[in-house]
Amino acid sequence: MEPQTKRRSTLKEMIELLMRVIFTVCGFIAIAFVLIITVYLIISGLPAIREIGLVDFLFGTRWASTDKTNPAYGILPFILTSIYGTAGAILIGVPIGFMAAVFLSKVAPPKVAAVIRPAVDLLAGIPSVVYGLVGMMVLVPWIKDTFDLKAGDSLLAAILVLAVMILPSIISVSETALKAVPKEYEEASLALGATPLETYFKVSVHAARSGIAASVVLGVGRAIGEAMAILMVAGNSPNMPGLFRSVKFLTTAIASEMSYSSVGSLQRNALYSIGLVLFLFIMFINVMLNLFLKKDKE
Amino acid sequence: MKKVIALVAALTLSMGMFAGCGSSEPASSASSSAAASSEAVSSEAASSEASSSEAAAAVSGVVNTDGSTSMESVVKALAEAFMAENPDVTVNYSGTGSGTGIESATAGTCDIGLSSRALKEDETAAGAVSNVVALDGVAVIVNPANTVEDLTVEQIAQIFKGEITNWSQLGGADLEIAVYGREAGSGTRGAFEEIVGVEDACKLTNEYSSTGDVIGNVASNENAIGYASLSAVGDTVKAVKVGGIECSEATIKDGTYAIQRPFVMVTKDGAALSDAAQAFLDFAMSPDAAEIIAAAGAVSANA
Repeated sequence: MEPQTKRRSTLKEMIELLMRVIFTVCGFIAIAFVLIITVYLIISGLPAIREIGLVDFLFGTRWASTDKTNPAYGILPFILTSIYGTAGAILIGVPIGFMAAVFLSKVAPPKVAAVIRPAVDLLAGIPSVVYGLVGMMVLVPWIKDTFDLKAGDSLLAAILVLAVMILPSIISVSETALKAVPKEYEEASLALGATPLETYFKVSVHAARSGIAASVVLGVGRAIGEAMAILMVAGNSPNMPGLFRSVKFLTTAIASEMSYSSVGSLQRNALYSIGLVLFLFIMFINVMLNLFLKKDKE
Repeated sequence: MKKVIALVAALTLSMGMFAGCGSSEPASSASSSAAASSEAVSSEAASSEASSSEAAAAVSGVVNTDGSTSMESVVKALAEAFMAENPDVTVNYSGTGSGTGIESATAGTCDIGLSSRALKEDETAAGAVSNVVALDGVAVIVNPANTVEDLTVEQIAQIFKGEITNWSQLGGADLEIAVYGREAGSGTRGAFEEIVGVEDACKLTNEYSSTGDVIGNVASNENAIGYASLSAVGDTVKAVKVGGIECSEATIKDGTYAIQRPFVMVTKDGAALSDAAQAFLDFAMSPDAAEIIAAAGAVSANA
């Protein structure tokens, strides 16, 4: 009797050990990818920056990568466009998303919420090229006619498309944070005579503020990393940003020129450098996100 | 549960879209995975053929072509006809751009590179060999509602340099001109700017990264002017006459239409092509291919 149980336990231990090894390997694979991509971006992004000069690259206002006589590789227009575009999307998307989250988590009758929630999830699942297509067919002509422009492709169109695209992440993360607020807080507030709305906005939202902040950061991350949809509505001329001007984002600068740049040319290397700048932006946003989430846990 | 249903619904929808795209042109899947799988299939087919001792002259294998997006319709039409004659050959097309196509031909990562511009000196120095398959006119396109019919090359240059900014200056309606072009590095842009003489001097309102985008946006904007391969221009936009000469196959072939460029199949100097690739290149260069090339909207250079 005894040796049998012993054998069984060693077998169990073996499986235990094997699984642990598998899990560890999987974990390291994920880390390895992050490391490889980081190292690759730095190695391939630095040469062009060194050749162009960091200041000329980051603060140069002229981008003419295929100019034969006087090429210029200044990406300030792209950086500013990405920042303005993201800020605009946040300015429009966050209030709407935040209100929707309050509505879904606190006000909406369960049946209504059961319809809206999957709709929001579906919104998150729509491929970005479809957003771009709708923007191109509907939004761009509308902007052209409304503001009497020669072409509707503009920063404004990109901002509006991005604002819709970041809604799902803002709504679902904010909603989760609002739902996690202990019922006792709200009950106490209501018992003290506050109206439901006062309770939601002064107690629940206050208690969930770091989760809501995290949702905003997540939205920023999505907006700044988006390429396909805005490639189709922003016009893609390397202008300094203006609301009604055709603009190029950091992402679209890479996407639109990569396919035609010849390997090893300064143009292609500069595109890698743009990728590096974008990567640093997103790293910074992720660090912010982690800070907010950590605060939330505390 | 609802989430799952919604997701499944979305998935089915998108699958339908992909299926719709794929089924129209089964012969010309662009991905390398398709190449790998078809290689397996065709080698199998070849071995079974050998055992049944059929004609030995038939070629088999995979031909990978890579490069200019402007050449897509021509190459796909050629590939389809070639594969109909040689069922054991699979011709793959991958639209990466002329620069990349020349690069991969000289680097040996594809069999035949595709370039929609004449090769540059440093490219021929690197071993690229030019085989001109067809000629393509770059049509200057405007919205069908635009009343301007005829422009000189000089006027086109002035428009693209931003010296003419309103259609009324050209006898059209009082509308600001929206100048649409292709992104830096595009073969069409390179050809257009070089021929019209506006290299590095264009003031583009918008840049688009595909021929289809330019056409679609010109079609939806009365203010717009753009350029695209004649082969891609349909009824949604109007091609203007250049210097009084219509952009058509006849005027391109006899050289009277000013804005034209070659379609080049690029091979590597000194490197032998596989039998299948050589056969495909011979087929594309033969007078027999002229009809196919014409049907795809370009003009054969060898007929």
